[in-house]
Amino acid sequence: MSVAPTNADLAVAETPAAPGGPTTDSPRRYNLNLRQSGIYIAFALIVVLFAVLTGGDLLQPQNISNIIVQNSYILILAIGMILIIIAGHIDLSAGSVVAVCGAVAAVLMVEHNVPWPLALLITLVVGGLIGAWQGYWVAYFGIPAFIVTLAGMLLFRALTLTILGNRGIGPFPDEVRTLANGFTEGYLGNIGLGALGGADLFSILVGVVAVVGIVFTQWRTRSARQQYGQAVDPMPLFIGRIAVASFLVIAVVVQLARFKNLPWVLVLLAFLVLAYSLLTNRAVFGRQIYAVGGNLQAATLSGVKVKSVIFWIFVNMGVLAALAGVIFAGRLNQANPTAGNQFELDAIAAAFIGGAAVQGGVGKVVGAITGGLIMGVINNGMSLIGAQSETVMLVKGAVLLAAVAFDVWSKRRAGASR
Amino acid sequence: MSDTILRMQDITKTFPGVKALQDVNLSVRRGEIHAICGENGAGKSTLMKVLSGVYPHGSYDGEITFEGEECRFSGIRDSEHRGIVIIHQELALAPQLSIAENIFLGNEQATRGLIDWNRTNHAAAQLLERVGLRENPVTPILELGVGKQQLVEIAKALSKQVRLLILDEPTAALNDEDSAHLLGLLRGLRDQGITCVIISHKLNEVMAIADRVTILRDGRTISTLDLATDQVTEDKIISGMVGRDLDHRYPPHESQVGSEVLRIEDWTVHSPTQHGRVVVSNANLTLRRGEIVGLAGLMGAGRTELAMSVFGRSYGTGISGRIIKDGKEIHLRSVRDAIDHGIAYATEDRKRYGLNLIEDIKRNISAAALGKLAKRGWVDENEEFKTAGAFRQSMNIKAPSVLSVTGKLSGGNQQKVVLSKWIFTNPDVLILDEPTRGIDVGAKYEIYTIINRLADEGKAVLVISSELPELLGICDRIYTLSAGRITGEMPRAEATQEALMTLMTKGTE
Repeated sequence: MSVAPTNADLAVAETPAAPGGPTTDSPRRYNLNLRQSGIYIAFALIVVLFAVLTGGDLLQPQNISNIIVQNSYILILAIGMILIIIAGHIDLSAGSVVAVCGAVAAVLMVEHNVPWPLALLITLVVGGLIGAWQGYWVAYFGIPAFIVTLAGMLLFRALTLTILGNRGIGPFPDEVRTLANGFTEGYLGNIGLGALGGADLFSILVGVVAVVGIVFTQWRTRSARQQYGQAVDPMPLFIGRIAVASFLVIAVVVQLARFKNLPWVLVLLAFLVLAYSLLTNRAVFGRQIYAVGGNLQAATLSGVKVKSVIFWIFVNMGVLAALAGVIFAGRLNQANPTAGNQFELDAIAAAFIGGAAVQGGVGKVVGAITGGLIMGVINNGMSLIGAQSETVMLVKGAVLLAAVAFDVWSKRRAGASR
Repeated sequence: MSDTILRMQDITKTFPGVKALQDVNLSVRRGEIHAICGENGAGKSTLMKVLSGVYPHGSYDGEITFEGEECRFSGIRDSEHRGIVIIHQELALAPQLSIAENIFLGNEQATRGLIDWNRTNHAAAQLLERVGLRENPVTPILELGVGKQQLVEIAKALSKQVRLLILDEPTAALNDEDSAHLLGLLRGLRDQGITCVIISHKLNEVMAIADRVTILRDGRTISTLDLATDQVTEDKIISGMVGRDLDHRYPPHESQVGSEVLRIEDWTVHSPTQHGRVVVSNANLTLRRGEIVGLAGLMGAGRTELAMSVFGRSYGTGISGRIIKDGKEIHLRSVRDAIDHGIAYATEDRKRYGLNLIEDIKRNISAAALGKLAKRGWVDENEEFKTAGAFRQSMNIKAPSVLSVTGKLSGGNQQKVVLSKWIFTNPDVLILDEPTRGIDVGAKYEIYTIINRLADEGKAVLVISSELPELLGICDRIYTLSAGRITGEMPRAEATQEALMTLMTKGTE
């Protein structure tokens, strides 16, 4: 069971995804099962592959921590990107927005000594305004998002260079660096785990709480559904799923606890994944994003304010890009004019690998996160075995193409069997 | 001039579940203008698609003989090669390209792979002269009005050495002047020996230019009349088009008509794409509680445009007029406004505009009133499931569960999902645009029953339909719409198909 640990985010995210998950999936289970679960199976296979290739190094406590920290900003961007892609649009400017927001944060925190929480807030607002600018052109002016954000990619890179000149600004306050790169303190000291050695008790407790949370919410959802006479998974399957999810959470947490405790970005990511999964599955706004992407005209004629929906998902993307910008700058301890270069492509790839449809209307936050992790594991695993960067690129390109080809193929097959 | 250029014999074309054409016979004489008349859905366009190879040989039964030879077209290129050119109602021109480029699109005047622009433009100019269009051949299409675009299409047909020209509703989108010019041109072409088949709803035009008329009804040939020898009148054509018995296809219903709920006054709508074209002109309508009102009109009469412009201005520009709901004037600026004021509109094209086909039944039903299932912005999915389940039962939606994807349902069940969605918004007024289009007979009956039930609940229902028997079968009162104008209003007791068709084909004065 050496696969287990790296499924951390997936397992954490299982909780919020589930309320919508089984409901929407169960009718299509037999048609779309492969499509839905294919991504997780692929992820597991890739992890196993690289675990073997690296002789187990991939799953070492420090490496797991590295994968999470190194990909955190891409994963944050992927959350925003999946919403945009579900609505049938695209954002090519995310990397530039990351850069410009990192620069804004640096100017505020380093040059003007603005207290970091205030500076962070201002930076997020700036990100939101950038998103509003792009959302306006896309939603209300009617320019395709591809063009607007392509322009944005240039505009905001130019703005970054204007702010920073050709230099980097740093260093960042400790708190920001901790958020980006640091770990929770060992608040409760260590405990011994026998053969595994010592581990941070607090981290383990967080893992246990997460597992209890998963079990509780899943159980409550299941019984509420039963009361309404909905079909639910048979008990063995239900228990099996929860057992796997719990095992993955505990395994990852234990590995992390053996290293340096929980990375703060993991805590942040877990929160974001939970919140956005809830938003997409349960909120009226989230539903409207799917409606807009699924059939724009039908959504319009059903009274959905489609322009406003599109506008706000771009605002949201801007805020998340700002957050990613601060974290990236914090991690490098410097705001850099070339920061975030091509991040948008990684985020877009993550969303599509994670099961988003090119036509819009389909996609899940957890899927995008898994897609991002697949890319992260490939990056990490290949660098561990000393692969050249061109090989890494080649493999990532092939994976993206294969994922979308699989999507198109399975859809055509589903259509043909009708 | 009595030799036959085209003979279509015993043409039968079946779509899944529908027999679109059954043993249709059509024979066209060389050098005549032959009109084909029939209601929407009578099979006119299908017949022309069979002829032009859009439906290739083998996908239909029967035989086509053109100029004495049997034809087995496998595509439109084959038929064009033989000199059969069809001009569709929706023009197929590339708006950014010039007149000359459009005329020779796919037939470029090239020497050794390079286009000879002089030859192209010169040839185009000659063709334009033949169709009486005084425009420079290098003018982009988008600078021309629809009437002139129509002429470019004809010039394009002439460039292909057309022998049989088929025009599908050529004047539907034209004003009177352009229509007159076009008809004059067709006469001129006839004199040059080009045979024309024209599909038209405008019977006055048919009477004016056709030599013979073939009438189709329900996918069958009813008769072919010779305007010179037979005593043909518009009434005779109409009775051929509509002559159908009203059997037990409609559930019996006595409406309890109550007070007025919606009144539309002086409603005028302009086309958003063609500047200055009036699509709906000074329309007045009244709907009462518990009443089922019909809106009859042929394709292009402005029925959908009228309904959608009322439904939160979802169609049209330059909209003027008043909407009075429950005695008070209301202003509906968005679809949301309309829904909030208790108006629902079920679109005629449920796949394109009505449903999110990749989503399940449950989420489609809740789409227009998600707020009713939500508390502080969060949807209660269990309530949603329960609501959808209740609709599945009451509307008899045949699907394994409310979690079935709507794209996989039959037309009738899709329509029930659309109706459920709108009923869930709890409207006072339901506008149903072609509610039974593409639905089999059994499901139609169910839809009629649902409409009756809605009226019994005190809702006002406006049914837009191309099928006159349907309107006569279920409505209490019927308005007729022709070229954007309300041309009449009849209670069911007085209405007949003939009377309605006369009002629907009434030309613009």
